[in-house]
Amino acid sequence: MSLWLAIYAGGFALVSAAIAVTRPNAVHALLYLVVMLLALAVAFFALGAAFAAVLLILIYAGAIVVLFVFVVMTLPISPESITRERAGLRGAWPLPLLLSVLILAPFLFGEFGIAGNTAAAPVSAQQVGRLLFGPWALAVELASLLLLAGLVGVRHIGRSDRSPGGRP
Amino acid sequence: MTGSDLIGMMILAAGLFAIGLFGVLARRGILFQLVALEVALSGPALAFVAAGAYHADPQGQGMLILVLTLAAAEVAVGLALLLRIRRTAGSDDSDVISGMKG
Repeated sequence: MSLWLAIYAGGFALVSAAIAVTRPNAVHALLYLVVMLLALAVAFFALGAAFAAVLLILIYAGAIVVLFVFVVMTLPISPESITRERAGLRGAWPLPLLLSVLILAPFLFGEFGIAGNTAAAPVSAQQVGRLLFGPWALAVELASLLLLAGLVGVRHIGRSDRSPGGRP
Repeated sequence: MTGSDLIGMMILAAGLFAIGLFGVLARRGILFQLVALEVALSGPALAFVAAGAYHADPQGQGMLILVLTLAAAEVAVGLALLLRIRRTAGSDDSDVISGMKG
């Protein structure tokens, strides 16, 4: 019955996404985004796509969210925001409690077993690699070009105007 | 996994995309719009993986890797633009900077 786990985790990701896009605080939005990504990874795992699940955690929750955190760290923290944070903490527990109970539910009602057969025929990482470096080699090259263009673009946009030796 | 299960996963993916689209349209801070864009991109990712699992085909996960690459590049450029806009315009409200010309 692993398909139920996939649908359950997908619904969990839906709830977390709805919470994430409505938070007024940037750090809270990022934390709920991480919760959504982890739930999505569970759904992928239950669908037999273990490689995709690991990749989602490594790249999305590990690398992309860190980029966001770097930018959030450059935001100035005012004393008003700290007092507002402290006041908001009093009413901040229901949503995390709801998510924690939801994430515990499959374990409490042990009928969604992960062990055993998955919802669909599992697709191994070996198959994905054979696809990517065989018929899809051109797509991989295009993706690497996209990343290179992003790197050069960020270098260009983020350059300080007053840097010595840099063109204005 | 039957066809109706695939339709259920597709409905979940559509819901994720709709929530992300709502976030992009409703939020004003650029950082929140980028977060909502990530949510919106995860909808198609779920759709690709679910379809790949239904057909037992590795192409779904291959498309997910391309989506991940796109998201990484988009977030890097978007955050660099956010820092640049905050430095030049002094604001990260997308309504404030929507009036610029040229």
